[in-house]
Amino acid sequence: MGGWAIAVHGGAGVDPNLPAERQEEAKRVLSRCLNLGIAALRGGCAAVDVVEQVVRELETDPVFNSGRGSALTRRGTVEMEASIMDGRGRRCGAVSGLSTVKNPVSLARLVMDKSPHSYLAFDGAEEFAREQGVEVMDNSYFITEENVGMLKLAKEANSILFDYRIPVPGVETCSASAGSMVDNPLQMNGLPISIYAPETVGCVVLDGNGWCAAATSTGGLMNKMMGRIGDSPLIGSGTYACDLCAVSCTGEGEAIIRSTLARDVAAVMEYKGLGLQEAVDYVIKNRLDEGQAGLIAVSRNGQVAHGFNTTGMFRACATEDGFMDVGIWE
Amino acid sequence: MGGWAIAVHGGAGVDPNLPAERQEEAKRVIARCLHIGITALRGGAAAVDVVEMVVRELETDPVFNSGRGSALTRRGTVEMEASIMDGHGRRCGAVSGLSTVKNPVSLARLVMDKSPHSYLAFDGAEEFAREQGVEVMDNSYFVTEENVGMLNLAKEANSILFDYRVPVPGVETCSASAGSMVDNPLQMNGLPISVYAPETVGCVVVDGNGCCAAATSTGGLMNKLTGRIGDSPLIGCGTYACELCAISCTGEGEAIIRSTLARDVAAVMEYKGLGIQEAVDFAIKSRLDKGQAGLIAVSRHGEVACGFNTTGMFRGSATEDGFMKVGIW
Repeated sequence: MGGWAIAVHGGAGVDPNLPAERQEEAKRVLSRCLNLGIAALRGGCAAVDVVEQVVRELETDPVFNSGRGSALTRRGTVEMEASIMDGRGRRCGAVSGLSTVKNPVSLARLVMDKSPHSYLAFDGAEEFAREQGVEVMDNSYFITEENVGMLKLAKEANSILFDYRIPVPGVETCSASAGSMVDNPLQMNGLPISIYAPETVGCVVLDGNGWCAAATSTGGLMNKMMGRIGDSPLIGSGTYACDLCAVSCTGEGEAIIRSTLARDVAAVMEYKGLGLQEAVDYVIKNRLDEGQAGLIAVSRNGQVAHGFNTTGMFRACATEDGFMDVGIWE
Repeated sequence: MGGWAIAVHGGAGVDPNLPAERQEEAKRVIARCLHIGITALRGGAAAVDVVEMVVRELETDPVFNSGRGSALTRRGTVEMEASIMDGHGRRCGAVSGLSTVKNPVSLARLVMDKSPHSYLAFDGAEEFAREQGVEVMDNSYFVTEENVGMLNLAKEANSILFDYRVPVPGVETCSASAGSMVDNPLQMNGLPISVYAPETVGCVVVDGNGCCAAATSTGGLMNKLTGRIGDSPLIGCGTYACELCAISCTGEGEAIIRSTLARDVAAVMEYKGLGIQEAVDFAIKSRLDKGQAGLIAVSRHGEVACGFNTTGMFRGSATEDGFMKVGIW
């Protein structure tokens, strides 16, 4: 075996004009969360426990768009979602439509371990949360002032919010429809990059016993419709783990869903025999069409990999042999 | 090209003791819905329109578990879900947690075509339904007397309802935990087969232009927790369509999710070069572990295929050259 490995991400699609201090702040949070995972792995923790622990930390920190700091629905509320998958046995759990649960990834874990199902959402998920006694907060806890401001900008910038870039018959392409955006071609999900809040946090781990696990958590898409579910809670789209590898994705939700992006990384490894980085490069290049996304992955051989076709992805990784890297850009 | 092809299903996991008249009734409904699709295909309809039309018909008919006739939550209410995928462009739409929408598959279609998103659920989906002016009914419309009875039986049979068969550390296997079920080893989702209502209806089509599409619709799992989402609305799990093929699955939801069953059929065709029946057999044999499920598939070359490791799957299929078949076992 190649020893343990861990990668974390804080979302793909970063404003190239993001002020330096914001970039440094993000990298600090990523490093801190990475180090939590490293300490746990050195202590012999199982992959599924490490990914949960690290994502909890990313959820709690308001810098990234999950848990506290989530993107807001068009009504200004928060609807959070998450999923977790244990490559050992390919067990999984997911939640959507959470409005009071402090750590969505932990509720996803409980769905996997303590419920008879794999995926619970909205009122039913909130009810399950209370049955399980998880920590809940008033919805206002999750709302940051910054995101209230971003929501206003999003409403002004784009009265039609595109979730994908496939031309719909009879409708012009996203960039053409986003009228005033012609001046600023950099967009994610139809929003100018300066307004777009990179979605999602995630973590993938290979533990000391050779098991892989992945977890992904998000508040979703700024100005989304109520009830909108993105890729993050969807097994095979935003999250996947199996014997070979673990994957967590971020970016344009519909592009990731129609590409079954996370599953495809593993599928090209299993069915075409590609190595991890080859597989990551393959899916980013071939599956997304005009969509924009990024992902992190680990393999059971102790490798870490990432790929993205967006402007940047907040990420960090480390392997047992001492390698460590934190980055945003190419 | 090989001409058009169509397959429909009404769920996998059938009670071998199902009375003959119920079997005949199911086959009649399957055949009727198949014919609706065949007529549309002969008229040149596009695959995505055909799958929607056929699944609407299956939803409206109370015989199968979707729309009217849906399985009931533990509270005795109905929460329906569906997804649709157009292989041409791999566009998709899905809905979950519908309680009043008469045809969930059509709302999924509207999510795909008329919303900026791919998947809407619960209150948000119901709100979108009203914005779109789709036909809505009182929740009681969807609740059949038979299913009220089945819900009571389900509650009696199994206080813990397992959604999957992967052993959870510290917990015995499903069949061991279902105590009184030792006498009747045939189970789906932890329920004895006589109580289990096969989930889900679906349709897959390749049209005269070689485009594939798939749609799946369900009321879900008898006695499920409110808010439970199964495989049917999940792209890559219960439904998938691309340039090569289209798939719709049915069976144990968690098994299908962890197997990404629908996507895997297409993936082994794309990445290993398998033909459609080989791919279906591979997915059923190798991806499910102890899970039970079935699926129908079509390829862009006009082939139909099906596979299941359950006791039976209600299904029907037809191809342009005149082949037609309806079956259960």
